Amino acid sequence: MPTLAIEGLSRTFPGVRGGAPTRAIEPTSLRVADNDFLCLLGPSGCGKSTLLRMVAGLDQPTTGRVLLDGAPVTGPGADRGMVFQSYTLFPWLTVEENIGFGLRERALPSAERARIVAHYVERVGLRGFERHYPRMLSGGMQQRTALARALANDPKVLLLDEPFGALDHQTRALMQELLLGIWEADRKTVLFVTHDIDEAIFMANRVAVMTARPGRIKSDIAIELPHPRHYTVKTTPAFSEYKARLTDEIRVESIRAAEMGA
Amino acid sequence: MLKPLVPVSRTARVALGIAFFALFFLAWGAATLGGFVNRTFLADPITMVASGWRLLVVHGFYVDIGVTVWRVVGGFVLAAAVGVPLGMAMGAYKSIEAFFEPFVSFARYLPASAFIPLLILWAGIGETQKLLVIFIGCFFQIVLMVAVSVGSTRRDLVEAAYTLGARASGIVRRVLLPSSAPDIAESLRLVLGWAWTYVIVAELIGASSGIGHMITDSQALLDTGQIIFGIVVIGVVGLVSDYLFKALNHRLFPWSLA
Repeated sequence: MPTLAIEGLSRTFPGVRGGAPTRAIEPTSLRVADNDFLCLLGPSGCGKSTLLRMVAGLDQPTTGRVLLDGAPVTGPGADRGMVFQSYTLFPWLTVEENIGFGLRERALPSAERARIVAHYVERVGLRGFERHYPRMLSGGMQQRTALARALANDPKVLLLDEPFGALDHQTRALMQELLLGIWEADRKTVLFVTHDIDEAIFMANRVAVMTARPGRIKSDIAIELPHPRHYTVKTTPAFSEYKARLTDEIRVESIRAAEMGA
Repeated sequence: MLKPLVPVSRTARVALGIAFFALFFLAWGAATLGGFVNRTFLADPITMVASGWRLLVVHGFYVDIGVTVWRVVGGFVLAAAVGVPLGMAMGAYKSIEAFFEPFVSFARYLPASAFIPLLILWAGIGETQKLLVIFIGCFFQIVLMVAVSVGSTRRDLVEAAYTLGARASGIVRRVLLPSSAPDIAESLRLVLGWAWTYVIVAELIGASSGIGHMITDSQALLDTGQIIFGIVVIGVVGLVSDYLFKALNHRLFPWSLA
C-alpha cells in the first residue's frame, strides 16, 4: 500500500479583479510508495510547488484529495516534513533550537530532545555550529539545518520544494549527496520538487515530469541507477541517456511555457 | 568627500555628534551674550546653567525631575501592559483586529492633551489624572504598532512551523511573539519618547510638582534661564532613557542584529 496517494488533485486560483480564473493544476493522480524518492520535474510556473503545498496541507485543492496511509490530509502536520526553497529557519533560535522546534512542540522530554537534536546535527555535519544563529550561517548551512529540522520530527514523508535552488552550484552538488546519503541509509519516503534535470536523475528512483501550466503529469520514469550513487554517476552513459530523454520532455514544456509568457 | 552610505569610524561619529552640540551652544552664546537678543526673552547659556544650579540646590528641583520620570514611566508601563497584549491579539487574529482596529485608528488621532480638562473633571488634579493623560497618549499608538508588527510576521516562517506540527497556540507563542519582539521593543522605545511630550503638557495644567510645573512657574517669573534648563533636563533624561532602551533591546535580541 502506498504511503502517499494523490487522487484527482486540481487547483484553480480565482481570477484577480474580475479576470479569468487561473488553472494551475489539472486533476492529477500520483502514488508515492513507501521509501520512494520521487522527483517532480517541471518548467517554472507549472504548478509543481502548488502540488507539493497541497500535499503539505498549506494549500487547499479545488478538487481531489491527498491520502497519507489511507487517511485524508486536511491541513499541515508533523507527519509531512517540509524543506522550503526560501530560508525559513527561525532567526531567533539557534541551530539546535531550530532542529528541536518540532520536538518541543510535541513536548518531548528535554533529554530525549537533546539526543535527537545531537544526532541530526551530526548527520548534516553542523557540529560546532549548534549555538549559532541562522544569520551567522551560509545558505548551504541554513538549508542543512532546515533539512535536519524536518528530519528530526521523523515524518512519514519528506517534502522538498527546490530546497537547493538558491545555492551556488558546488554547494548544491554537496547538498544533493548529503540528502541522497541520508535517504540511502534511512529509506525515507521523499517527494522532491525541482526544475533541475541532473538533480532529479541523480537523486530520484522515479521522476514524474509535469507539463507547462496548467500542470499535469505527462510521464513517470523509473531511474534505475544502482545505489549507493556516487557523484561520478553523473558522467556515466546511463545517466546521459536519462538526461537526453528528460531534456527532450522538458524542452517541449519550457517552450510552451515561454509562449504563454510564463 | 561625502559618499552615500559609507560608514564612519566610532571616534569620528562621537566627535561629530559633540561638535554640533558645541556649535549650537556657541551660536546661542553669541546671540545672547553678544547682545543680539533681548535677555528678557532668551537667557544666555551661563545664566541658564546658574539658574539650573540654583534650582537643583536651593529649590530641590531633583524632586520635580523624579516626579516627572515616575509619571512618564508609570503611564507608559500601564499603557504597554494593556496595549501590547491587545495589539498582539489583533495582529494574530484577524477577527479581533476587525473588531478593534477602526476604533483604535480613530482614537489614535484624538489628542491626549485635549483630554486634560475632561480628565481633571473625572480624576481631579492628582497623580491619576497625569498617568491617564500619558496612558491615553501611548495606549492607542502601542496597540496599532504592535498589531502591525505581529501581523507582518513572515508567512513562510508560520508555514514552516505548521509543517513541524505547531498548532494555533504554538504559532502565536513560538513564532508570532518571538519574531515580532524586536519590532515591538523598538515601537515601545519610540512611544516612550512621545510620552515625554504628553507629561509636560499634563504638568502645565493643574500640577503642583514636576518639570512642567516648574516651567509654568518660571514663565510667570519671566525666568527664561529656568525654562530652558527644564527643557534641557527633559532632553537629557530622554536621551538617557532612549540609550538604556536601545542597550536593553540589543541585549534581549542579539539574533536580530545585522
